[in-house]
Amino acid sequence: MPDLELGGPMAQPESSAVVSAGDYLNKLTGERVERECRDRLNSGCRNLVLDFGETEIVNSVGVSILLGVIDSAKGSGATVTLTGVNAPTIELFEMLGVTKHVDIT
Amino acid sequence: MIADKNKLIHTFGALAELSQEVTGRTSFPETMRTSLHLISGSLGIMRGGVAKYSRFARELNLVAARGLGDEFPLAMSLSDEDERQFLSSGLYPIEISHARVLPYIQIYGASFDKRKIELLVPLIVQEEMVGAMFLGEKASGETYSSYDKEVICAMGRHIGVAISQRNLMEELERRADENRKLYEELHTTYTDTVKAFAAAIDCKDKYTEGHSVRVGKYSEIIASELGWSESEIEGAAVAGYLHDVGKLTVDRRIINAPYRINAKESAELNRHPGVGYEILMPIRHPFTDVPLAAKYHHERIDGRGYPDGLYDKDIPYIAKIVNLADSFDAMTTDRPYKRRRGASDVISDLTSNSGTQFAPELVSAFLKGMFRELTCDAKDKRFRRLLGREYMEADGIIPAVQNALNGAAPAPITLAAVDASLS
Repeated sequence: MPDLELGGPMAQPESSAVVSAGDYLNKLTGERVERECRDRLNSGCRNLVLDFGETEIVNSVGVSILLGVIDSAKGSGATVTLTGVNAPTIELFEMLGVTKHVDIT
Repeated sequence: MIADKNKLIHTFGALAELSQEVTGRTSFPETMRTSLHLISGSLGIMRGGVAKYSRFARELNLVAARGLGDEFPLAMSLSDEDERQFLSSGLYPIEISHARVLPYIQIYGASFDKRKIELLVPLIVQEEMVGAMFLGEKASGETYSSYDKEVICAMGRHIGVAISQRNLMEELERRADENRKLYEELHTTYTDTVKAFAAAIDCKDKYTEGHSVRVGKYSEIIASELGWSESEIEGAAVAGYLHDVGKLTVDRRIINAPYRINAKESAELNRHPGVGYEILMPIRHPFTDVPLAAKYHHERIDGRGYPDGLYDKDIPYIAKIVNLADSFDAMTTDRPYKRRRGASDVISDLTSNSGTQFAPELVSAFLKGMFRELTCDAKDKRFRRLLGREYMEADGIIPAVQNALNGAAPAPITLAAVDASLS
């Protein structure tokens, strides 16, 4: 389980962090998610949890941004876990190969 | 079957968004970034980039990148052979592993390998190369299928058009900038020519050296006091510079006569407004009234002027301005037969002739300008530069101007009133 929620104190190095993917992962939300993930990774997070609990739709820009986050996380030696992903989104991620790079809970 | 349908729906959505993006109003870098996201997200591509091609520099310049890292080259040169090969490939993706013989791949291949770039997609619009895309490995680990390549072609076409539009805009901006510079040069040439003419006119008259230039400056002051636009003020100055151009054809002995000239000589001299008009009329001035100012600058609003004895509203407004500027300079400079008059005397003359020789609102505007310079801390000492410090600091000049302004007090002039008087 994550030990730090989004927007929590950043002074201590985080080993794990949760970032919400919002209700619609598109360009607008995606840029926010990307920024938050980058900040978490830069502050030492090694297990990035992306919460899709509220996410109904993911569009192409959202997928691209997610792949970018996964790539950055790999570069930092961190893992990415997706949580609360609905069935259509899992189908989409499987179709595009996203699921090969993340853990889904 | 269902997976294929979902794939199609997903791709179709990305294509629709891409069309919207390239025809929208977002900035070019933003459009390129989003386009790259859309193509990556539609096929699950881990990383990539879009470059714009400069034909002049024969260079591909990166305009959007995802996951290419800091070491990926921002600019990449192409050889003739590369360009030929890319053009012949059209929009169809080139597999980098199959194109190692190309000079371009030989040079930049290591950078592509390092970031696992698998495809190079030339962006061609109307048989011209406008850019290229570099696409990395797919998240699925699969190789690109022919379906993927068709999707890339379709999306590449949109992205190519966006780059082509950008190139057109840049070309338009460059040409507009060139035109602006050309116009400025022409304008400078025109202004310099006008000033050269003014100097040539003034050379004929050794006693009134600098007269045309001063009349230009006084006309400029009056126009600016009337609240005219920058261009209109410049037009008034040009009219002043050239008002005496007809004197170029008058015998120098008449112009320089150290006595009051006789009737015959006066008739010869009085031809100069008409001659000036003839000289200036064929020239396409940026300001319309310049020839009219030359022709009518000796008219008076009471109809006692020359050459046509026009009355107030029949006299072009610019000619009234030049008339005041001309008379003021005549009174404030030494002439062969007369010394310059003192400031108070000249101001009194302007006031007493306001409404007969001069348009009252012009006298008022002129004196207001002078009063402001005398009483306020005006940065630009226009009158002082033209008349000299001593003249402008003469005893009684401030009360003289003040009294003249209090006495005159005409209705404030507006450009609408000017238009009405001209119509």
